[in-house]
Amino acid sequence: MAFFNEENEEIANEIVGRYPVARSALIPLLHLAQEQEGWITKPAMEQIAELTDTTSVEVLGTGTFYEMFKFHPVGKYLIKVCTNISCQLLGADELFEHVKTALDVEEGSTTEDGLFTFEEAECVAACTEAPCFTVNYRYFHRATPELFDEVVVDLKAGESPLSKGCADDQGVMPKHGTLSRVRQQIPKTRSAGIKHPEEIKGPPSWIEEVV
Amino acid sequence: MVESSLQTGYVKHAPGFVENEGPKLITSRFKHADSFTLDKYLSTGGYEGLKSSLNRSPGQVHDEVREASLLGRGGAGFPAGIKWGFPPEGVWPRYLVVNGDESEIGTYKDRLLMERDPHQLIEGVLIACYALGLSQAFLYVRGEMALAQERIALALDEAYEAGYIGKNILDTKFSVDVVMHWGAGAYIVGEETALIESLEGKRGMPRLKPPYFPAAIGLYGKPTIVNNVETLSNLPWILNNGASAYKGFGSESSPGTRMFAISGHVKRPGVYEVEHGVTTFRELFYGDNFCRGIRDDNELKMFIPGGGSAPWFFQEQLDLPLEASAVGAAGSMLGSGAMVVMDETTDAVKACLSVVRFFARESCGKCSPCREGTTWEEKILQRILDGDGRPSDIDLLLDIGDNISPGPYPAAAFSDEGLDAVPFPPSQTTICPLGPSSVAPIVSAIRRFRNEFDSLITRRDPIPLSLEVEKVVT
Repeated sequence: MAFFNEENEEIANEIVGRYPVARSALIPLLHLAQEQEGWITKPAMEQIAELTDTTSVEVLGTGTFYEMFKFHPVGKYLIKVCTNISCQLLGADELFEHVKTALDVEEGSTTEDGLFTFEEAECVAACTEAPCFTVNYRYFHRATPELFDEVVVDLKAGESPLSKGCADDQGVMPKHGTLSRVRQQIPKTRSAGIKHPEEIKGPPSWIEEVV
Repeated sequence: MVESSLQTGYVKHAPGFVENEGPKLITSRFKHADSFTLDKYLSTGGYEGLKSSLNRSPGQVHDEVREASLLGRGGAGFPAGIKWGFPPEGVWPRYLVVNGDESEIGTYKDRLLMERDPHQLIEGVLIACYALGLSQAFLYVRGEMALAQERIALALDEAYEAGYIGKNILDTKFSVDVVMHWGAGAYIVGEETALIESLEGKRGMPRLKPPYFPAAIGLYGKPTIVNNVETLSNLPWILNNGASAYKGFGSESSPGTRMFAISGHVKRPGVYEVEHGVTTFRELFYGDNFCRGIRDDNELKMFIPGGGSAPWFFQEQLDLPLEASAVGAAGSMLGSGAMVVMDETTDAVKACLSVVRFFARESCGKCSPCREGTTWEEKILQRILDGDGRPSDIDLLLDIGDNISPGPYPAAAFSDEGLDAVPFPPSQTTICPLGPSSVAPIVSAIRRFRNEFDSLITRRDPIPLSLEVEKVVT
């Protein structure tokens, strides 16, 4: 039985078409599955295996290497507090304890209402803006316990807290699984043409003509 | 958001970026709120470097980049122009993979470049593809960077639409596809062969060397050039203004500018574009144009000069120039341009554990010295901090380090103890440098702050080994 809905199946096929070898689409397709379901299910892995010419065990094997893929249900909002050195120097430990108490969950688990999953993050490249936490991979810079509380109030009320985070990232807060809110589209008429590496024997034809 | 007087030059929509005085080669557009759009890019000289390249032969473009001595900005500092010459003759196809998997502790520059000026990066990719004769490039963005993925996807769409990417670029025969790819959370994927494995849809584990460069055998077993985001972002400027103008900035061995992210206990932390090889650490941490001193005017205790993998520096190293060779001879590296400043209130053992724990968690598990060693190091440091440390633990930590990275480990000179600098890089018993990186904070901290370790160790060894041995002998 197919896992992807009709729209996503089309997207999946388009993603596979962008790579010279189908297996390269494996990680993007796992993301797509997570976007649809919030986590990676067995039927999802089975269909991804079909699409990428692999087995579902290979999909599982690759997927489990990467921390962002969840193989069990998680909350609608994944809250990650960075505890690496730059953040730690400026109060990440206190922030971490605050989040734990405020949500009343242990690191790695989900609140009873299924809204929040709390995790520790490894350096998220916002070191000059420490301490930092992310919600569904959206940044909240120079964070304080008060800022965190405000973000939780917004999320519980169904409002987007993004304006309180990084000044550059606005709009709707997507649910867990959605990363980029837009997708790259390569128009068929504009593509240079993607071929399997074994089909290519020499340099691209344009080289002869530009020199 | 902090809006104090200390934060002058802080550009709110480019979080962390500080617009200080000095040449701006790659951050010139950050001050504009709409810097990521094609319109803004074109109105500020965008895609001129590509046009200039298309008027020359690919070989001439390659020569210009070689002439500029553009050094790789990912950490190793290898000259891009030379790397481009590595693919073996007559082997096709070839690929370009852009390394946007920025995750080294303290590093924050590629994310800004991708979020704030994606077209500059794309133009750099196109120039590289032209010089190298490629027809497909992959832009690998770190999985956690959702906004960067959004900005790059939008910019690629705009550029395809406007005829800058795809078939017959700018009405020439030059045709190339650029595909955005994104990861899913693994520090090790920043290692170039692991990046390629990941792009092939596999677990991101580094490949066995040799071949040392994927330029020989890379993606799908074909010659592949892997370049960092910041490296490629320099290309439009170089092709627009020429290699000799580029060499007008920075020092002879390290031309141009670099982005440095200075975090931790400084008054004005931020991402600064700095002339390469000229500025010193002291200027950067204390200068009015940069970080303006340590918070509360505290004393500097130590600093990490080039990302979590770099051995620590101290007050004595402040006057070194930001130049790879000088920093390397002094026992560390500039690496990814990430500096973490720690003042006198910092607990050296805790800081050491924090960095080691990162490597323990991010070890991919392929090589035993790293897989076993990093977690062991973490456990020992944790028990020392918990008050359960043993006198033998300090030697044990150094011994584990010696198994990952045999021989004297790179470290800064410590004149009080008569210790000379051990130059960078460390040796390794592992495939990639992740394991050896975990040894950097341990050797740095123990060499310098052994007293802090000693004061935490109050328990005895479970078996007093030396006594037992003596008894057996007599």
